[in-house]
Amino acid sequence: MLNAKIPSGPLENKWADYKGHCKLVNPANKRKLEVIVVGTGLAGASAAASLGELGYKVKAFCFQDSPRRAHSIAAQGGINAAKNYQNDGDSVFRLFYDTIKGGDYRAREANVHRLAEVSTNIIDQCVAQGVPFAREYGGLLSNRSFGGTQVQRTFYAAGQTGQQLLIGAYQALERQVALGNVTMYSRHEMLEVVTIEGKAKGIIARDLVSGKLERHFGHAVLLCSGGYGNVFYLSTNAMGSNVTAAWKAHKKGAAFANPCFTQIHPTCIPVSGDHQSKLTLMSESLRNDGRIWVPKKQNDTRKATDIPEEERDYYLERRYPAFGNLVPRDVASRAAKERCDAGYGVGSSKQAVYLDYADAILRYGKIEAGKQGRSNVSEEEIIAMGKDVVKAKYGNLFDMYEKITGENPYEVPMRIYPAVHYTMGGLWVDYELQTTVPGLYALGEANFSDHGANRLGASALMQGLADGYFVIPYTLGNNLADEIYSKAIETTHPAFEEAENNVSDRINQLMNIKGKQSVESFHKRLGKIMWDKCGMARNKEGLEQAIKEIQALKNEFWSDVRIPGEVNEMNTELDKANRVADFIELGELMCVDALTREESCGGHFREEYQTPEGEALRDDAGHMYVSAWELKGEHQWELHKEALNYEVIKPTQRNYK
Amino acid sequence: MEHYHMNLNLKVWRQKNTNTKGDFKTYQVKNISSEMSFLEMFDVLNEQLITEGEEPVAFDHDCREGICGMCSMYINGKPHGPWQANTTCQLHMRAFKDGDTIVVEPWRANAFPVIKDLTVDRSSFDRIIQAGGYISVNTGNAVDGNALPINKDNADNSFAAAMCIGCGACVAACKNSSAMLFLSAKVSHLALLPQGEPERKSRVMNMVAQMDKEGFGACTNTGACEATCPKEISLTNIARLNSEYLGASLSADK
Amino acid sequence: MTWKQVFTSSVGKKLVMGLTGISLVLFLIVHAGINACIFADLVDPEENGAMFNKAAHFMGSTVLIRIMEIGLFAGIILHIYQGYLLTLENKQKRAVGYAVTYKDGSKWYSRSMGLLGTLILLFLILHLYHFWVSARFTHQGLDPVTYNGIEMHNMFALMKVTFSEWWIIAVYSAGCISLAYHLAHGFQSAFRTLGVYNNRYTLMLTSIGYAYSIIIALVFILMPVSFKMGWIG
Repeated sequence: MLNAKIPSGPLENKWADYKGHCKLVNPANKRKLEVIVVGTGLAGASAAASLGELGYKVKAFCFQDSPRRAHSIAAQGGINAAKNYQNDGDSVFRLFYDTIKGGDYRAREANVHRLAEVSTNIIDQCVAQGVPFAREYGGLLSNRSFGGTQVQRTFYAAGQTGQQLLIGAYQALERQVALGNVTMYSRHEMLEVVTIEGKAKGIIARDLVSGKLERHFGHAVLLCSGGYGNVFYLSTNAMGSNVTAAWKAHKKGAAFANPCFTQIHPTCIPVSGDHQSKLTLMSESLRNDGRIWVPKKQNDTRKATDIPEEERDYYLERRYPAFGNLVPRDVASRAAKERCDAGYGVGSSKQAVYLDYADAILRYGKIEAGKQGRSNVSEEEIIAMGKDVVKAKYGNLFDMYEKITGENPYEVPMRIYPAVHYTMGGLWVDYELQTTVPGLYALGEANFSDHGANRLGASALMQGLADGYFVIPYTLGNNLADEIYSKAIETTHPAFEEAENNVSDRINQLMNIKGKQSVESFHKRLGKIMWDKCGMARNKEGLEQAIKEIQALKNEFWSDVRIPGEVNEMNTELDKANRVADFIELGELMCVDALTREESCGGHFREEYQTPEGEALRDDAGHMYVSAWELKGEHQWELHKEALNYEVIKPTQRNYK
Repeated sequence: MEHYHMNLNLKVWRQKNTNTKGDFKTYQVKNISSEMSFLEMFDVLNEQLITEGEEPVAFDHDCREGICGMCSMYINGKPHGPWQANTTCQLHMRAFKDGDTIVVEPWRANAFPVIKDLTVDRSSFDRIIQAGGYISVNTGNAVDGNALPINKDNADNSFAAAMCIGCGACVAACKNSSAMLFLSAKVSHLALLPQGEPERKSRVMNMVAQMDKEGFGACTNTGACEATCPKEISLTNIARLNSEYLGASLSADK
Repeated sequence: MTWKQVFTSSVGKKLVMGLTGISLVLFLIVHAGINACIFADLVDPEENGAMFNKAAHFMGSTVLIRIMEIGLFAGIILHIYQGYLLTLENKQKRAVGYAVTYKDGSKWYSRSMGLLGTLILLFLILHLYHFWVSARFTHQGLDPVTYNGIEMHNMFALMKVTFSEWWIIAVYSAGCISLAYHLAHGFQSAFRTLGVYNNRYTLMLTSIGYAYSIIIALVFILMPVSFKMGWIG
């Protein structure tokens, strides 16, 4: 079932060879080919814009009121590229290597190398679009460092890199809308993939304003619908982020790969109470200058500023001297959990650690005083100057922290705790980003391909844009070249009829339950099961229990959910119900996947498999494969394994000490 | 920071759809924590309404971290509520006290018709961008990112303008329902960069024409937009747009 | 982009407001300067408005200035017409209003340019009736006065008579205060509309604008008050 279609030849030539030999579609034929793009984040907007530019007839869909709102916008820190502008030893190979290693050797070499190759084009493209990246005084691009790397290769626009990149892609997309190459359907949600003779030929979408179901034909369907972190209810994802598009594809036969690989981001603002609806990330870039610590004494109730230096445990610097506070996300998250579980947590909930800027403020203050050629500067002045520097670098993040917590992070250390942030798993795709359903593609976070078991910081933006700008325009053409003889299919075709009926039946079923519990309450319960038993640490017993609980929750949901309002109108509860129903099913699969992966790697940490020092214990002999799950029936999946062959890199135990 | 709980009266605009007339409904919510965000307080209200068998209040929201620009409530006479440089989703309940009455309205402007309750249609903003808010560069056309050094001040000012989240608070705050701050942020973002130079004149002309077509009002420089903008986009951008517009019209060929 | 398109766009309409506004600002300087000649009386009580009357005569009898006067009226009318049109159009852009209006983000006078303009217009009608209509057409209440053998209108005496009643002084003061607030917004707004965006100039222009508004209003208010109080005339 799984053919990754990786081109032969040496790793560094694969993509060039592929591009040199792939089939092309001539401009006159492109005009006749229709492409559906679901989701308008970095992957979707860049794909829709690039395909529109090439001349395809594109229809793009998003559930938000504008494509500019997709959750890529919230990415803060930056985007990696192997430009080596800093002359610090970076290269395509180094970026490729760091990404594979960061992913704990569970990603495909060929895909990752391609990603590293096109990374430099992305920066050029974005600059040309007018993305205002940070610059040095000489007018050249600035870089910062990020977790899991020893070079400075991250390009950024203050703490709003995702926003700037998305707006660049959004503008390119709107330009194509203006030129008539792309038709935009906002406030639309895809609720079914239409397949004809085994090929994806369209979708059923619901207009979220009128509630009407619509049929849309496409010679190909691209799912760029993001990740499924919201299965945990509390995550750094947007409230609307959902798995529905990917899950519908899964139900139509697309294999779902590595669903248990979820990334828990170490620096988020801790939960403040039961009312919490989402978690807010504090950019990983803060770990560049901030120091993470907990008190050396258990259950220390003193204020952070009252704890003297010698009674603080800078546990990341202690455990990982080589990378210190810049260890990869999974390592940093687990270390925080370990300290909190051991009773060293801080804050009222004791589920938090400190991220302290006092040292950085002093350090920057001294540099600033030095720059101004001043000696004999008082400590207060140094601190004031240091605060100004920190404000210039991280001001918006600090402001955000203060708004949410009511505490001033320039004066007291921030409290942080890990939270669900990104999902490495997703729809299984081959080298061409095609799923196991012909004609159906998955791009960006919606696919599984590039980050293995753990994603490095500033790589999500890179992957989304790589897929959309530079990969899909070639690979889609290679496949659509065979479709030039197939005419557009009328949406009166029985397959569309049937698909629409299925959607409408399910919606009616949901509306007719008329139970007692709100959609939100089910979502919260699902999230709790997932976080407790399939979160930062998992074990066999917990996972088995979780599967049972989720199955029971599913029954309860389908017999007692309450959705007010009507079908044929804007109905936000119905929208949520459609999504939560899919999350419940996905949750079960995630636990099944976590249960069968009897090793610890990257974001997947099985308590049974760890080294004596508590580090993840990978099992390369038994588990060096991608788990691709095929749906066989309710609660039934078949596992297909795609072996990972490392031809260039030799997998070793990740060591950040 | 002292935490506390409060009971509140909410006066919320309810409107079934664009074509029906709406009115205010009053609700009580109890035991709201000062640590909640404003939208989490609305989640509580909606849970309460669902339990009582009523329809929940429809409102736009997504990222809940102040960057997507989707949330859009006009709270006690100010877009996004009482805090400065803030979005509704980042407004926290410690801004209020026990017994307060909070009036919540949708953005009001003909160019932003109400879809339902507090949800409005802001697609006019997308159409303004379509009119020229971009740099025409197809994928693959780019030269090396460092081939064109950009003066740091210009890059910084361009970024400051590009921070606009397109929420529409400027329109909601403006007595003229003008979209000039939104428009000027985009014009400034692109006009300050050398990449934006080739389309500089046509961009400002076409975007202003589209803004007028969408039914936004004219700017009278009152500054309400700047005062309410969650990203503190400066009024200076409007002056820059005017300069761009004047320059473009004076140098037009026909 | 045709001129018509330029000046009928929302930005173009504002340009018209700004340009006519600035020309009126310049006019007010001339007007205040010439009328301030009445204060020569303070220095030399024997003067009895001679300096002012001569200046007024020069303004009324010079062809170029009379031609400029037509331009001035055209500017005023355009400013008024466009002002009302904009106010009306802008108001129509929000069919359903707010229950609670947003006040903190802007100055009341910035939001009330239409109202302030109307007050100024009402004052202007009275003012024109008092002096301009009389000087140009009816010559009502105007005595001749002769300096160096040239006969001219004694505008100074007309002012003295007109400003003998408290209600007129009150109306004039109200008109000038409206003018001050109108200018406090209009002055800097006009320059913004004309595209002055550099911070160094906008800051300067805002300060100059406030100073200008206050000085102009004070100078004009002092005129009727000085007559009534007997400081001059």
